Amino acid sequence: MPTSKYRWALYVATAVVTATLTFLVLALLTNIFERKEEAKQQSFKLTDLDENTVDPAEWGKNFPRQYDSYRRTVDVKRTRHGGSEAFQKLDEEPVWRELFKGYAFGVDYREERGHAYMLSDQDMTERVKKFSQPGACLHCHASVIPAYKDAGRKSGIPDGETQAQIMKGFSLVCAMPYAEARKLVSHPVACIDCHDSKTMKLRVTRPGFLNGIRDLANSDEELSHLPSITRWREEGKRGEYDVNKVASRQEMRSFVCGQCHVEYYFRGPEKYLTYPWKNGIGAEKIENYYDKAGFKDWLHAVSGAPLLKAQHPEFEMWSKGIHARSGVSCADCHMPYQREGAVKISNHHVRSPLLNIAQSCQTCHRYPEDEIRARAESIQDRTKSLKIRAELAVLGLIQAIKKVKTAGIAEDQLAAARDFHRKAQWRLDFVAAENSMGFHAPGEALRILAEAIDFARQGELEAEKLMKK
Amino acid sequence: MPAWAVGPLVLILCALIGIFIGSASYTAYYGEGASYLSNDPRSCVNCHIMREQYDSWQKASHHAFAVCNDCHSPDDFLGKWLTKAENGFRHSKGFTLQDFHEPIMIRPKNFEILNRSCLKCHDALTNEIRHTSELGFMNCVRCHRNVGHGATK
Repeated sequence: MPTSKYRWALYVATAVVTATLTFLVLALLTNIFERKEEAKQQSFKLTDLDENTVDPAEWGKNFPRQYDSYRRTVDVKRTRHGGSEAFQKLDEEPVWRELFKGYAFGVDYREERGHAYMLSDQDMTERVKKFSQPGACLHCHASVIPAYKDAGRKSGIPDGETQAQIMKGFSLVCAMPYAEARKLVSHPVACIDCHDSKTMKLRVTRPGFLNGIRDLANSDEELSHLPSITRWREEGKRGEYDVNKVASRQEMRSFVCGQCHVEYYFRGPEKYLTYPWKNGIGAEKIENYYDKAGFKDWLHAVSGAPLLKAQHPEFEMWSKGIHARSGVSCADCHMPYQREGAVKISNHHVRSPLLNIAQSCQTCHRYPEDEIRARAESIQDRTKSLKIRAELAVLGLIQAIKKVKTAGIAEDQLAAARDFHRKAQWRLDFVAAENSMGFHAPGEALRILAEAIDFARQGELEAEKLMKK
Repeated sequence: MPAWAVGPLVLILCALIGIFIGSASYTAYYGEGASYLSNDPRSCVNCHIMREQYDSWQKASHHAFAVCNDCHSPDDFLGKWLTKAENGFRHSKGFTLQDFHEPIMIRPKNFEILNRSCLKCHDALTNEIRHTSELGFMNCVRCHRNVGHGATK
C-alpha cells in the first residue's frame, strides 16, 4: 500500500483523469447528438412564403444555408477563359469590334458578372443606354413573374387563371420600352424563379422556356438526354408536353438553368421573346429556323450581310456533350452538393466548376485536382486556338467583300458571299458567345468552328471570283 | 490521511468512475457503436458521409454478392479488425472534427486491400491474366470501376 500522502495524490489524480475522460465523452455525445439532430431537421419555418415573395432575404429566413451561398454570387473571380469579372471583351479581343460592326455589341461587349449583378449589369451596359431595347430583356435579367402576373391581371384576365395572366403579361411587358418595364421589377434572379414557394420543388416559370421546350419536344431533335421528352414522344405525344408536370427532378436541375442560358430572339414588332427550337437545338437547326423566319439581328456595317447574333447557347451546347449524355445536369457541376455537418445542400453560389473542382468534378472523377484542371483547360485551349482561326477567317471574308465593294462591283452580285458571311459568323459566335469555351461539348464546338472557317473561306473565294470577272 | 476518510473517498471515486463508464457506454449506445462490429453496410452510413457510396453500391452489379467489408477489409481475423479499427478511428475523428477532404477518396493502403479483395472470389478466373501494376499489385478497379459502386448520381 502507498503511504497516506501518496494515496491522497493517487485519489486526486484518478478523480481528475476520470473527470477529464467523462468531459470528453460527454462532449462527443453532444457532438453526435447535434449531427443526428441536423440530419433530422433541415429547415425551420420562420416566415410564410407565397408566390408574391420575390425578395430572397425573406426566403433566406427559412433557408439560411442556401441563402448564404446565393449571396456569394457577388464574388468576382477571373478564370482562364471567362469568370465573373466585367472586363471589356472588345479591348481584349479587338477583332470583335470589326465582327460586330454596326451592332450594339460592337460598342459594348462586357463579360457578365455573377447572378447578383444581372439586373445592375443590364442597367449599366451601353447596349441598353445607347440603343433602344424592349422590356423583353427583363425576362432573364430580373425576377419578373409577379410583374407579368400584375400586367396580365390589369389587362383583364381574371384572378383564377394565374398561368394565363403570366403569359399575357409576358407578351405585354416584352413589347414595352425597356425603361418603362424596368420600373416593374426590383430583384435579379431570386429563389421564386426556380422554386415553388410552398413545396420548394424545382419548377420553371419563364414563359420563353415554357414555349421553347414545348416546341423542342415537338421537334425531331434527338433528345435521349431528356428522358421525360423521350417518354412523352414514345407515348404518342398525348396532350401538350408540360415540363413542370412530367420532367424528372434530375432534368429540372438543368431546365431551371435553361430558362435563360439559351439562344433566343425577339419575334416581330411586338418583340415576343422566342427560343428558336422548333426544328431542334443544334446550331444548324436553329440557323435553319432563322433562315425560314427571314430573321436577322443586324446588317453588318462593312459587308452588308444580314447577320445573326448568338446569345449564350449553354443549354444547347450542353445538350450535345458527354455530360448531358451521362445524365449530369447543370446543377451537378455549377451548384454541386456540399455538406455542412450532417446536412447536404446544393451550393447556390453558381459559378465556374473550375473554381470548386473538389465538389464539382471529383465526386465522379477521382483524380487529383491538378489533373482535372489540366484536362478541362486542354479542351478549352484547343477550342480557343480554333476560335482565333475562325475569327481571322471571318475577318478575312469581311475584308474581301469590302474590296469588292470599293472596286465598284454591283452589290447584287455579293449575295453568295454575304450568305457565307452569315453562315460563318453564326457558327463562330455560337461557340464564342457560349460560356464554356467548348467544354460543354468539345467535339461539337470544334465541329462548328471548323464549319465556320470553311464557310468563311468559301465566301472569300466567292468574293475573289467577283474581282476576277 | 485520517483512516475514517479512506472508505468514503474510495466510494466517491468508484461513483465517479461509474459515472464515466455509464456516460461512455451510453455514448457508445447512442452513437450506435455496436453496429460497427457488424457486417451490415447500413452502419457505414450512420454518419451520413458515405451516403453516396452506399447508394451507388446498391446500383452496382456486386451489391448482391458483396458488402462493404468483403471488398474493403482483408479476410484474416487480425487484418480485418485492424483495418476496421484504423479506418473507424479515422472516420470518427474526421467527422467529429470536420477536418477531412471532400469528396472522400480511398487511401493507397486501403486501395491495395480493395484490389486484393477481388481475388477472394476471382482468383482462379484471373490466374492466367494477372500482372502487377505500377502500384505493386494488380489494379483491377482501374478498368472495372463500376462493379462495386455504380452511378453516383
